[in-house]
Amino acid sequence: MLDVRKRSAASPAPPAEKAPRSRWSTWFDLKAVPYLLVSPYFILFSIFGLFPLGFTVWVSLHDWELAGDRKWIGLENYTELLQDGEFWNSVLNTVGMFVLATIPQLILALMLANALNKRMRLRLLYRLGVLVPMVTSVVAVAVVFGQLFARDYGFVNWLLRTDGLDWTADKWSSWTAISVMVDWRWTGYNALIYLAAMQAIPRDLYEAASIDGASARRQFWQITIPMLKPAIVFTTITSTIGGLSLFTEPVMFAQGDVGGGSLGQFQTVAMYMYESAFRHFEYGYASAVAWMLFMMILLVCFFSFVFTRRIGGDK
Amino acid sequence: MKFTRRSTAIAAVLAGVLAAGSACSSDDSADSGKITLTVDTFGSFGYEELFEQYEKDNPGITIEHRNEKEHEKVYVPNLLKYLETGSGAGDVVALEEGVLTNLRGQSDKFADLNQYGGAELKDDFLPWKWSLGQSLDGKSLMALGTDVGGLAMCYRTDLFEKAGLPTDREEVGQLWPTWQAYVDTGKKFQEKVPDTKFVDGLTTLFNAVLSQEAPKNGNVTYFDASEKYIADTNPAVKSAFDFVAGLDQDQLSAGLKSFTPQWQTGFKKDSFATMACPAWMLGVIKENSGDTYDDKWDVAAVPGGGGNWGGSFLAVPKQSEHPKEAADLAKFLTSAKSQITAFKAVNALPTSPEALADPQVKDAKNDYFNDAPVGEIFATTATSLQPVQLGVKNVDVRTVFEDILVALGQDKLDAGEAWQKAIEDGRDKAE
Repeated sequence: MLDVRKRSAASPAPPAEKAPRSRWSTWFDLKAVPYLLVSPYFILFSIFGLFPLGFTVWVSLHDWELAGDRKWIGLENYTELLQDGEFWNSVLNTVGMFVLATIPQLILALMLANALNKRMRLRLLYRLGVLVPMVTSVVAVAVVFGQLFARDYGFVNWLLRTDGLDWTADKWSSWTAISVMVDWRWTGYNALIYLAAMQAIPRDLYEAASIDGASARRQFWQITIPMLKPAIVFTTITSTIGGLSLFTEPVMFAQGDVGGGSLGQFQTVAMYMYESAFRHFEYGYASAVAWMLFMMILLVCFFSFVFTRRIGGDK
Repeated sequence: MKFTRRSTAIAAVLAGVLAAGSACSSDDSADSGKITLTVDTFGSFGYEELFEQYEKDNPGITIEHRNEKEHEKVYVPNLLKYLETGSGAGDVVALEEGVLTNLRGQSDKFADLNQYGGAELKDDFLPWKWSLGQSLDGKSLMALGTDVGGLAMCYRTDLFEKAGLPTDREEVGQLWPTWQAYVDTGKKFQEKVPDTKFVDGLTTLFNAVLSQEAPKNGNVTYFDASEKYIADTNPAVKSAFDFVAGLDQDQLSAGLKSFTPQWQTGFKKDSFATMACPAWMLGVIKENSGDTYDDKWDVAAVPGGGGNWGGSFLAVPKQSEHPKEAADLAKFLTSAKSQITAFKAVNALPTSPEALADPQVKDAKNDYFNDAPVGEIFATTATSLQPVQLGVKNVDVRTVFEDILVALGQDKLDAGEAWQKAIEDGRDKAE
């Protein structure tokens, strides 16, 4: 770079065949290369992210059958959706399970991370241990939880002495069972993120606090939590996205049925979308559901973000 | 096989849900002069032996068999996706009755088998099975029948003995000439054996009774011949519904949904003593019950005299690159001889009059079921079966009714509410 500048300064009128080339390569180096280097992500994103997003809008404006005819109907899918009781039922279920699963999950993860951050024997083993649920095969999870929450001869019914309770029959029971599954799978993941963030907190902050006589509890609330704010915001956003597009766990709970219980007791929006597209073959309607879900996630993410930014007060 | 709505393999379901996009295309090694034909099936068709034989008889053909255990949530969505996008489907695909009905208006997506000598095969099939394979406009032959779902009633001899009921299949059949008699038997059974419910669940019996009631009411169920939604006015639907609601009222049902793990556990925990079984269900019972229950199950006549439940077809998608060879294979697989082989393998009841009359089918006995003469029981009902005319949206409405019957069993709805909700939600799905 320096070299180029020197040369052009020394000879204001450089040889015709050399100058454009070096000027071009300068421009290329400075302006194009950075964009070129970041471009693979954006190219892939526009093919696999942006295009489907836009295409879904296009599909949602049609009466489009998966293996059949298509017809332009404008916003009719959306107006129909807003009056669709099954859709609102799925929204209620999704939000209900989101609240029931995510809040305990993040609090639990925080406590777990704090515990793992302490000095103890076999610390690495415990730290790796929290990841085990994540690497467990989905099929195994389905089988095990299916047995745990079974109506007849189920472990949970035996434990709680609620013999013959059908966990899939009511909203409260199915939401609880599914939240347990979600938390079982994802608490460890969030705990690990918190743990990583905790380790990045400078030790001297704690030392100074100790010297000043701050208790462990006070240190946790006054140092750890505020310093973890970026991690908390991150986990809140990812859990919000994951929680609102909840699909795998409730489907596993229903043994693969996307209907979510006999009366849709635990059918989430994502399941309703899948059901519309692949069981009723209403591709256009399913796309409208997808867009509503997208909007919903944006909205809830915004509120979660605003809320979590206030955690720990001003920094 | 077929009608595996609530399919057995959770593994397959979930793997499928997660990897619903995975598709393999048939690869041709055209240069070597060999043709590879891909065959898509679901559940179990019992074709393995036939494929080997066909490859041996036709050296130029290699068969790639893609089987998917789960039907409604994996096999069907994938198939429809292949048809929509025009690639990915097998050269020969299996279609369940309800799915075929759904596709009959889209004959342009399938090869016309009449062009490959299909028309001559008419007498090889039961007449109604043959006509179901025709496209809606009647111009082309879309599919050839593989099997039919003749109906019987399976029961546990040891539990019947405990309840002081006869155990011989003839006498048991005479216990319930009508469904009312079946309920009365159930009540007697329930008094003596309170820990075991008489029936596994409501949905199976609902479908069975509906298939018997339909012929009495113009041979239609949820839709009339002009595709009008008539579930609310068709007496067949109402009487089938009332019958199972009564079963629930009398607490004769274990409230289990077929093909769920709970249902599978129920076999080994004596949760139920009888269940309606189409021919192919025998294999399912054997698989779920295991050796301990060998000879504890038996097969008797179904109340109300016969019924038709499910049944499948083979078709050749138009996207196939070798439609002629594929059609030949489909013709081979649905021939009388092949149907006998499939019957022996997985108890798939033939749809060919010739195969049904064959001693290998007619005189077949099943040693797991006390040497029950399954050939006699099922083959006799098969010839008297009535074709039930299904609407294009039949599967959607049926799912609504089944879900609501489960809710009824869970005491989430009373019978009156359940009926109202079923006909209204059904109407929503029908439109």
